[in-house]
Amino acid sequence: MAAETGEPGIDFVRRLNEYSGIGNEWIILRDAETDWSYGVHPCRRSIEEHIRNGVINLDKPPGPTSHEVVAWIKKMLGLGRAGHGGTLEP
Amino acid sequence: MVIQFHREVSESDVREALKEFIGEIYQRPPLRSSVKRTLRTRRIYYIELIEHTGKYSVVRVGCQAGTYMRKLAHDLGLVLGVGAHMRELRRTRTGPFKEDETLVRLQELSEALYLWRTENDERMLRRIIMPVEVAVSHIPKILILDSAVDAIAHGASLAVPGISMLMKNIRKNTMVAIMSLKGELVALGTALYDAEEIADMSRGIVVKTKRVYMKPGIYPRAWRKKK
Repeated sequence: MAAETGEPGIDFVRRLNEYSGIGNEWIILRDAETDWSYGVHPCRRSIEEHIRNGVINLDKPPGPTSHEVVAWIKKMLGLGRAGHGGTLEP
Repeated sequence: MVIQFHREVSESDVREALKEFIGEIYQRPPLRSSVKRTLRTRRIYYIELIEHTGKYSVVRVGCQAGTYMRKLAHDLGLVLGVGAHMRELRRTRTGPFKEDETLVRLQELSEALYLWRTENDERMLRRIIMPVEVAVSHIPKILILDSAVDAIAHGASLAVPGISMLMKNIRKNTMVAIMSLKGELVALGTALYDAEEIADMSRGIVVKTKRVYMKPGIYPRAWRKKK
């Protein structure tokens, strides 16, 4: 999901849908513009913001638990909050 | 998953037995588990036998969250009458995350961090860490007006006038991602109607906000406080 300069938000959302393959059929209720003086395109966050609002598809080795790996990553990146998407055998 | 059978079985027998496990199955969580041990049903979408030799099978299982693979291996052994247990397990897919070019190891993350901190080069880190929006890429979405963003960020539910566009696959009582027109994740919620029904409405709450992601105060506040 690399940044594409000047990409409208809807095109980014369309790319997300293509990535996960859930289709791209929309109903438009109101044509609207967005004001770029606040908020930010998800690919153009500052690196610090990007890290805080990010996800990693991590290849966890067997051994350490998901919980432990999250704790390491939290420390590595100096994060206040971090979590994981679920354990394999709860 | 790698299954070890306790006696040799033929590939065709394994193939036949696996068919029994497709669809709705009953499972009682194993002794060593952290959920309540009551009988529950789980759906198995597919089981692909990747390889079989003598006492070992490698299978890829597509299943509902909360299905115990260890139990499936054990039960397969019972069906075949030879006994079996799970030897190895690997998650190959969950939600939008799969074993594709986005999958990284801890080592790569550590290298990327090093490059950023010492060389001031953030490119690798930006490739490894994906925007949070990727995590909801498989969920039907609603894009909302700038004027509705801050109310949602404060936890309000979404009403029809705040919507710009919505995906046709939104179904009643399922999860939707509420996003800004810039593509930012604002919140996750439960749809109260199907997409077509929402399109025919002119007012009223249509998504109950469940989990707010965006911090309040980023978008201007366009709503009034109740007096």
